Amino acid sequence: MSADVELQNVSVTFGSFYAAKNVSVKIKEGEFFSFLGPSGCGKTTLLRAISGFLDPSEGKVLIGGQDMAGIGPNKRPTSLIFQNLALFPLMSVADNIAFSLEVRGVGKAERRKRADELLELIALTGQGDKKVHELSGGQRQRVAIARALAIEPEVLLLDEPLSALDLKLRQKMRTELRAIQKRVGITFIYITHDQGEALTMSDRVAVMNEGELEQVGLCDDVYDFPHTPFVATFVGENNPFYGKVISVEGDMVKVESHGNIFSAKAGKIEDKHIHKFSNGDDVIMFIRPESIFIKNENNKLDNNFIAKVNTIEFEGNLKNIYLSINSNMNVRFSVPNAVDTSELSNGKDVELTFSSQKAIVLPRGSLAVD
Amino acid sequence: MNYFFNKNGPLISTYFVIAIVFWLVFLIIIPQLYMLDLSFRPNLPPLLRGGPDDVHTLTHYKYFIFGSETSDDPYNYVDIGVFFNTISTAIFVTIINLCFCYPIAFYMAKVASPNTSRLLIVSLIIPFWINELLRSFALRILFAGEGVINNILLGTGLIDSGINFIAMDVALYTGLTYAYILLMIFPLYNAIESLDKNQLEAAKDLGSSTIRTHWRIVIPHAKAGIASGCTMVFMLTAGALATPVVLSSPNTYWFTQLIYQWFNMNDNWSRGSAYSILLLTVSVVFVLLMMRIFKVKIGEIIR
Repeated sequence: MSADVELQNVSVTFGSFYAAKNVSVKIKEGEFFSFLGPSGCGKTTLLRAISGFLDPSEGKVLIGGQDMAGIGPNKRPTSLIFQNLALFPLMSVADNIAFSLEVRGVGKAERRKRADELLELIALTGQGDKKVHELSGGQRQRVAIARALAIEPEVLLLDEPLSALDLKLRQKMRTELRAIQKRVGITFIYITHDQGEALTMSDRVAVMNEGELEQVGLCDDVYDFPHTPFVATFVGENNPFYGKVISVEGDMVKVESHGNIFSAKAGKIEDKHIHKFSNGDDVIMFIRPESIFIKNENNKLDNNFIAKVNTIEFEGNLKNIYLSINSNMNVRFSVPNAVDTSELSNGKDVELTFSSQKAIVLPRGSLAVD
Repeated sequence: MNYFFNKNGPLISTYFVIAIVFWLVFLIIIPQLYMLDLSFRPNLPPLLRGGPDDVHTLTHYKYFIFGSETSDDPYNYVDIGVFFNTISTAIFVTIINLCFCYPIAFYMAKVASPNTSRLLIVSLIIPFWINELLRSFALRILFAGEGVINNILLGTGLIDSGINFIAMDVALYTGLTYAYILLMIFPLYNAIESLDKNQLEAAKDLGSSTIRTHWRIVIPHAKAGIASGCTMVFMLTAGALATPVVLSSPNTYWFTQLIYQWFNMNDNWSRGSAYSILLLTVSVVFVLLMMRIFKVKIGEIIR
């Protein structure tokens, strides 16, 4: 059984501070949905409102169409996986997993049977008698998932459960979480500040900032068509070019920025509408580091500019090249490690190129602070 | 030892060693050994001590069990009765204390805001600035035949004639429970405080009732604190003197009162020692039992 979750104008206030402000979103049943945002953006608050640990100051939480007001966390069809997992250290792995059944008065043999089934699901068959501290980080993670699944919740809530793991394990667990979600088929609501996690696992993401939803959409939509400067800079890397509109033609906009003239697509407001710009508007044009190339015979696109190389940073699979157009305007682009960059040296001017189809123009707004 | 000296420097190290050795040897081991030895010796006038009659004997322990040779009873019913009454009352008081303190400690550790919690701690501590004897007398005033409680109950018409709280030992139990409340609350508070709050939420999220969460999560986590609080309260209650003297009913004797009498009023130090050793032994057995029941090690209790 799986259920949809709907937040209707949910606000949560602590005194005069809005931890969540007028959030409305509909999460479909069986969906892997992520709330993505920097720490303190209110995503954990929303999760707690869904799980029942706090009541929204305004608005409604509906699970499976039913208003959850006044229903405590132990009575909701949700299960929460905590950031630190909150496994019970004094119980065995099997007892941890079967705890929700124990509190419901399920007999010992039945509990053990169910725990063994779940241990199989998480590939820890036969480890039920171990203590939690005898397991590795990834195994504990899976035990926490099994424990949350034991009551067969309709919605599983995950509060950054991977944040304590090292990189390799985290990547492995992403795939595994996604696989488990496909297998059990219930709604997963995932909270994270790591856009890589959100994009790899989710069907849809909601990007949050300062208690408000900035954008809800499919992962590639959010990445390719950010609705706000915050989303453009929080999800993935981006180069913001501050400038002014000099002409508008259909959905293409010409922008003057730091002495260059670029053409770019007008950004979307919602999935169907684009921003209407007029000449002289203050705007930001965004172009991602992976969409900028060094101009040569093979790479000649419709936007070009010259910048001076400052540093070249080696990141393993990528090389990041930092340049400046002038003292106020820095640009960064990335090339795969295999690309030869021997012609680039510090202090040298290079001509760069990018496609107007990859650049997006948005009204000015606050960027995500790195 | 070398490491200890290198780490702390010669001056501090020497001070520590001397202070600890002095404390252990002169203040604990030697007096207790002396008492132990004394308990096995006859009660002789000073002139005969060290003489031919000063031999090791079980006479005082025999007295505790069989009573005086001139008595008709086969056993020393009075003293044995007082002994077991003291121990069972102390156990009872310890349990009451635990039941009373656990919710307070839990509230302070996990529910209250830091400010409320601090306020509570202060208001628990301040009454203990008052001397134990004075507190006992204050309770006596409250519980006396014409005391505050009786007057209120009579005044509101809830009862027709005064209740003799002192004779019913209600005053004694209250006084003893109250006397060592801090020694129960603080170990419990410390133990519960270290519990991750997410554990409580996780249990709740998984459908656990409040009582079950306490039974399965909080109490197992806090068991070292519970054992520590219980042993301290039990030992001090069983060894209390001032509170029972002031608050017990005329027919209730506390074992410490007997010890006091042997030492001070009957001038029989060796019998007093024997009785003290008995109380000490039972207290130690109780601690070991608590450790066994709660499956905790001595190191955990001290923490």
